Amino acid sequence: MTIDLKTIKHIARLSRISVTDEKAKKLAVDLNSIFDFIEKLNELKTDKIQPLTSIAETTLKLRNDEIKSKNIREEIIKNSPEKNEDYFVVPKVIE
Amino acid sequence: MSKNNNEYLINRKDNQYEVVIGLEVHAQVTSESKLFSSSSTKFGAEPNTQVSLVDAAFPGMLPVINEFCVKQAIKTGIGLKAKINKRSVFDRKNYFYADLPQGYQISQFKDPIVGEGKVILDLPNGQKEIGIERLHLEQDAGKSIHDIDPQSTLVDLNRSGVALMEIVSKPDLRSPEEVSIYIKKLRSIMRYLGTCDGNMQEGSLRADVNVSVRLKGAKDFGTRCEIKNVNSIKFMQSAIDYEANRQVDLIEDGKNIDQETRLFDTKKNETRSMRSKEDAHDYRYFPDPDLLPLEVSDDFIEKLRTDIPELPDDKKKRFIEQFKLSPYEATILVSDIATANYFEEVVAKMGKNRDVKLAVNWITGELFALLNSKNLEISQSPISAKNLSILINLIKNGTISGKIAKTVFEHMVEGDKDPQKIVQEKGLKQQSDPKALEILIDKIINDNREKAIEYKNGKEKLFGFFVGQAMKASGGKANPQLINEILKKKL
Amino acid sequence: MSEIYKQTLSELVNNIKNKKISSEEITKSYIARSEKSKILNTFVTSNFDEALKQAKNFDKKPNFNLKLPGIPIAVKDLFCTKNVKTTAGSKILNNFIPTYESTVTQNMWNEGAILLGKLNCDEFAMGSSNETSYFGNVQSPVDENLVPGGSSGGSASALAAKLTPVTIGTDTGGSIRQPASFTGTVGLKPTYGSCSRYGIVAFASSLDQAGPMSQNVKDCALLHNVISSYDEKDSTSIDFKRSNYSEQLSKNIKGKKIGIPKEYRVEGMPKEIEDLWQKGINYAKDCGAEIVDISLPHTTYALPTYYIVAPAEASSNLARYDGVKYGFRSKGENLIDMYEKTRSEGFGAEVQRRIMIGTYVLSSGYYDAYYLKAQKVRKLIKSDFDEAYKKVDAILTPSTPSAAFKIGEKKDDPVSMYLNDIFTVPVNLAGLPGISIPAGHDSKGYPLGLQIIGKAFDEQNILDIAYAMEEKINFKNKITDWWIK
Ligand SMILES: [Mg+2]
Ligand SMILES: [Zn+2]
Repeated sequence: MTIDLKTIKHIARLSRISVTDEKAKKLAVDLNSIFDFIEKLNELKTDKIQPLTSIAETTLKLRNDEIKSKNIREEIIKNSPEKNEDYFVVPKVIE
Repeated sequence: MSKNNNEYLINRKDNQYEVVIGLEVHAQVTSESKLFSSSSTKFGAEPNTQVSLVDAAFPGMLPVINEFCVKQAIKTGIGLKAKINKRSVFDRKNYFYADLPQGYQISQFKDPIVGEGKVILDLPNGQKEIGIERLHLEQDAGKSIHDIDPQSTLVDLNRSGVALMEIVSKPDLRSPEEVSIYIKKLRSIMRYLGTCDGNMQEGSLRADVNVSVRLKGAKDFGTRCEIKNVNSIKFMQSAIDYEANRQVDLIEDGKNIDQETRLFDTKKNETRSMRSKEDAHDYRYFPDPDLLPLEVSDDFIEKLRTDIPELPDDKKKRFIEQFKLSPYEATILVSDIATANYFEEVVAKMGKNRDVKLAVNWITGELFALLNSKNLEISQSPISAKNLSILINLIKNGTISGKIAKTVFEHMVEGDKDPQKIVQEKGLKQQSDPKALEILIDKIINDNREKAIEYKNGKEKLFGFFVGQAMKASGGKANPQLINEILKKKL
Repeated sequence: MSEIYKQTLSELVNNIKNKKISSEEITKSYIARSEKSKILNTFVTSNFDEALKQAKNFDKKPNFNLKLPGIPIAVKDLFCTKNVKTTAGSKILNNFIPTYESTVTQNMWNEGAILLGKLNCDEFAMGSSNETSYFGNVQSPVDENLVPGGSSGGSASALAAKLTPVTIGTDTGGSIRQPASFTGTVGLKPTYGSCSRYGIVAFASSLDQAGPMSQNVKDCALLHNVISSYDEKDSTSIDFKRSNYSEQLSKNIKGKKIGIPKEYRVEGMPKEIEDLWQKGINYAKDCGAEIVDISLPHTTYALPTYYIVAPAEASSNLARYDGVKYGFRSKGENLIDMYEKTRSEGFGAEVQRRIMIGTYVLSSGYYDAYYLKAQKVRKLIKSDFDEAYKKVDAILTPSTPSAAFKIGEKKDDPVSMYLNDIFTVPVNLAGLPGISIPAGHDSKGYPLGLQIIGKAFDEQNILDIAYAMEEKINFKNKITDWWIK
């Protein structure tokens, strides 16, 4: 199987990574060689195998419904590249 | 469009179209803290003041699930007579958006916590069962604000991570009216359970509405459109009406309907396409590796089952049997748990010689009108159940007439006053002393000799005139039954 | 007493408890050496002034009951450290200063350790040579122009060059064990769920584990005592009975059954590695262990499985780096444009490549063929180990298929780079503990390591085996101070 440039651009879009044609070509080469190597899995028949969803041998722990986190707005917004006092700021979105 | 027999059909030339609707309701779980973090869920806080490091998706932050939210979802599932899944899995739904800090929403995709169930609707012409496909737990996103800053969109993450139950119906709804009744019923069940406050103004209940149309009698479904995030019943109804007609027009014009996500513009009262097609969503769901599968025991579920209160359908049945209410009256009284409780409290406080019918009339009549005019919930009623029961008993035992009772009721509004005191203070007690009334009536007959003669000569309509005069003379306090009896005797 | 920086962790702890040296002296010694070792490019952020201050504070009010009393330690820059920049080796986090502390590092500070600085690593821990860091490649102290391995390359290099007495790394597919092997040091990847992932920049959540790196097995056990803990803040943290690894450490491994998996004899394996392995088998026998041939039939499928599972999880874990809440942001005409520019300028090539792989294997139409398939094969790999452990107590393999290579040598061939992790990756997929210990040198004099893989939660056992073998192997590292002029 080969991954074509159109697919590369589609994946890049889904990943929110911009790609030039040149970059897409390079990525296509890399990804194709990686997927050639991944295709080895097709040798295995796995129809009857249950997928492993978690490696941790335990069940999900449940926490109590308690408010422990206080107002830490300053801390939350501090690292933001663009902000005002109250909000995170992003380029205007038109729905 | 015709609405005969409550059927909602769209007519074009020779064709009649039926509308098929399915709802994905997002109900905010009533809880103190969020689904996977310990920050508050309280509504109306200053922006970004209820945001933890987990909610804002800081590097290395991990989700830890809130047990109460799990219980709430299971309780709701029980209320929907649904299958509770002992094992469910949290998945990541991946997409980028400004108010989605993780770049994914933790939701349940393949294995939801609750499976198939049902909701019974009381329609004017009988009952209808609406199938529930599933209920799953997921995180709410934050809020993007587009209208504060002209250049930028602002992001408030207070809602980010709040627990939602997504309740997916089967495509069993057929009209905007049914949708309205369905939402109200769902809300009622959740309020009974205390699992969602159902407050639509605060966004605790929203729905994605899936609409398609087909020729009446057709078997196959048409192409559906999803109208996203509609937050009032009225808007849902308008949106469905608009969308169904839009789709019919397209079909009539021989055009195709694109399966797409649409937005309801509340100002223009129409739906429009929301996201461009090239950005077709591919959510890349996969099990969240930060969380293990959620496993609950039979014991855990059974304990919750014993916590389930009497739900609307059962309460309605009991009201009909116990209080001899009509199905219509019962439906109204059980629709809201607070109303049902109020009603039962009034009845209980009325004591042995109670008049349930009278109580129903006063609650659904005067009290509802009062609440409506003041825009209040029954829980905020200015008149307590206790005082209303006293008032009704005053009518029942003849202390005041129904008419006077209305005056008393008006006085009761101010400060939830005891109606007995009002009657006493204002001297509104009914005159039931036959001797006093006889004197009063004698005077009226005397003052209106000519009319009395006309009556005797057969002008029976004049009887009402005498009753009116007597009531007026007594300041409305005379016992109308006695007046009738005495007048008949004297005339 | 030898020079301070040459002492092992347990020597330092003893000397400080016996008041032979002060925390300030130790700290100064490491700082001075680090200042002379900048060419190795191990530190992304140094915390020297603050460390000195804390050392002096410790000396004023010492608490000798602690496990790491006044010991300065540098850590991989993947652990979030409160008020100290944390970059994960990426431009996208270049200016990120956490307001919180990872559980693992907090455990260390609670036991008296002092943060010396943040160590370079492959960007988001994606790499096997520490060449993908935004802050440049790390130089191995073993030889000029040699890679230290990755992704915990800065940690391995700093440890081998004695710029920190011990350190911690993270291991998703071999990122502790492979650099340990390349630098002649000891590295333990604990059982999944042993060390909390809270506050560690995530790469692949179902595989990531933090672990100790040290000069010898005893130090490794000592540090593991400190960092392994049950943590309510991590839903995958496991509440099991943790032993006191250093106190219970024993060289008596008589009668222990050690498995030799035939599938690890991979095609094209250098003779040096083959010989090293045989030497290891002989040492184990010398220690009284019984050698058992075993089979892990799905071994060859581990790497392809890993290169589906890890990128898939990473593609989602790294979605939060979008220029909105923290880190680097590039200007964009609109929101999507901002995202795309931020992420293509903020992430390096390898990270972008893996995000793309991960997005692809999860995307509609490919999920079943790739991701689901990989989850099933992962089950088979886990079952292989379960079967094997019915017969043996531990498994012995080489740590890597070769010794360290030159900087730039494999940079343009991702697949050959990925093959570095062929012996370590199955351990992560199965969630098991594995330790790499130095066991010899190749013809060029570069270190080679052996890996001991244990049952889940059986760290004590592999530490014991490593401890016993370490004595027999008697590894001497050949590192000169060539970089100090
Ligand atoms: Mg939806
Ligand atoms: Zn939803």
